[in-house]
Amino acid sequence: MRGSLKRVFATAWHTPSGQVGAVTLLLIALVAVTITPFLPDPRIMPDLSGGAAPPSFAHPFGTDAFSRDILSRVVHGARVSLSIAALAVALSISLGAAVGTTAGYFGGWVDAVLMRSVDAAMAIPRLFILLLLVLVWERIPPAALVAVIGATGWFATSRLVRGEVLRLRELDYIRAAKALGAGSPGIIFRHVLPNTLGPLIVAATLGVGEVILLEAGLSFLGLGIAPPTPTWGGMVHDSESLMATAPWTGLFPGAAIVITVLAVNLWGEAMRAAVDPRTA
Amino acid sequence: MTPLLEVTDLVKHYLSRGLFRAGLPTRAVDGVSFEVGRGETLGLVGESGSGKSTIGRTILRLDEPTGGRAVFDGVNVFETDRETLRAMRRKMQIIFQDPFSSLNPRMAIGSAVAEGMEIHRLAPKAEIPERVAGLLREVGLDPSLATRYPHEFSGGQRQRVGIARALAVSPTFIVCDEPVSALDVSVQAQVINLLRDLQEHRGLSYLFIAHDLAVVRQISHRIAVLYLGRIVELGTTDQIIESPQHPYTQALLSAVPEPDPRRQRTRIVLRGDPPSPSAPPPGCAFAGRCFHSSKNARCTSERPEQRTVAGRQVACHHAG
Repeated sequence: MRGSLKRVFATAWHTPSGQVGAVTLLLIALVAVTITPFLPDPRIMPDLSGGAAPPSFAHPFGTDAFSRDILSRVVHGARVSLSIAALAVALSISLGAAVGTTAGYFGGWVDAVLMRSVDAAMAIPRLFILLLLVLVWERIPPAALVAVIGATGWFATSRLVRGEVLRLRELDYIRAAKALGAGSPGIIFRHVLPNTLGPLIVAATLGVGEVILLEAGLSFLGLGIAPPTPTWGGMVHDSESLMATAPWTGLFPGAAIVITVLAVNLWGEAMRAAVDPRTA
Repeated sequence: MTPLLEVTDLVKHYLSRGLFRAGLPTRAVDGVSFEVGRGETLGLVGESGSGKSTIGRTILRLDEPTGGRAVFDGVNVFETDRETLRAMRRKMQIIFQDPFSSLNPRMAIGSAVAEGMEIHRLAPKAEIPERVAGLLREVGLDPSLATRYPHEFSGGQRQRVGIARALAVSPTFIVCDEPVSALDVSVQAQVINLLRDLQEHRGLSYLFIAHDLAVVRQISHRIAVLYLGRIVELGTTDQIIESPQHPYTQALLSAVPEPDPRRQRTRIVLRGDPPSPSAPPPGCAFAGRCFHSSKNARCTSERPEQRTVAGRQVACHHAG
């Protein structure tokens, strides 16, 4: 399988944007893993009267309004933000692949019904759907947030996969499998899905960047994960009133969002170019 | 002895679909009949768009036929239920033209060859690698290559893998859909020799589809010449090559290089394109490009039926 996927990774790695993106992501992961054990608990408020302190030797990124160490909160927030992004993307990619494959492979009225529904769903702004769903909960639990983001994020993926499947369906190796007597599930799982993997990985990578931003946006609107669990968007939200007096409270989580999303997108674009040189 | 495959009046029309237009159907195959005997190779020649690949695919029900019968080993393939069809697919296989799109790029070639045996449970799991090795050897590939992926192979080697995949289910009949058209001439000869050896050892029957008479004559016992979805001439290879009766066959043959320098052959260059298969002319489909001296009004008004001329079937008013 692995043959051509390996080539995609290698090709992406050999582009400047791919290298910058991948190295940055690896650095972020490395830093998060190595320094986490040495950081104070991000939820504990050591000194309620202290307020926000600027960066110092003890707190390199300063502290927030509740005197919590911002470095610690940024690092722990990475875990929350990134795992929400990863899980939501895994969900949306699976849904998109399932719907797109079904529509593309079976065609006819199945295709028409599924794709017109997707068209309709895409006509509704995603933020609007999210706001409606999120309003049901006062403070949304992380699992529900993942489900909501994942369930509203697969429309474009299903179109992408459907297009791939339509192309694959006409290839001779699919005909050969049919001629050998393979049933639809066999053809889909052995021949169709593995060959949509390249575009799917690209869509997933770019999707991670999108979901980090979306989660940050929701948190910023006060609709994200409940405090005191740190998320990047939530931290930016909390810093809003302190921006003039304590800019570091918003600067570091904001920078974390920008750098991570940029790195993910650079790597995603490099892979997209590797999968399909025509769209580069 | 009854033929292995008997195709009668095969028709395949493609409907141009659209919500607001009801286009004329494209008559890709328009009433084709032929037989393939046991151990025989029937060559099917024609230019692109003549319907030759469509014939191969509909016989295997990879495309659904519009009409006609295809009786394989006593059973009409066009009227079988799913389960019978699945079982019959063991006996009827296909080899494709394009060595690149005919193999799944994400599947090791050993798994590709094993797939048919797994589907039909032809061997216990433990024996499959051994069987795969045997098949690879049979088509002239090193069995140690079974774990490699298609992109590591040349066009000719891929075509051998495709042949091994078809052989894995022990078919009696194989549709060879332009199996050498995409290959270099030297490799073409190797693949044709392989197909011939396999026919001899396994008693296979082939429907050998190609656009090149020079290729078809090397392997076929009989040849059918197709023009715009109909057979215009059908006879033994000798008959077709030595004394073609239909003007279209004569034109095709004049394009084949003649190895004997003492023999003179005039090159017939056809002018124009074949008519549209969605609006075929009322008379002979070839009339517009025909150079026959006695061409007349009948050619453009009355469709020529097949008749026997000099021992073979010809559909031309003026042949013989």
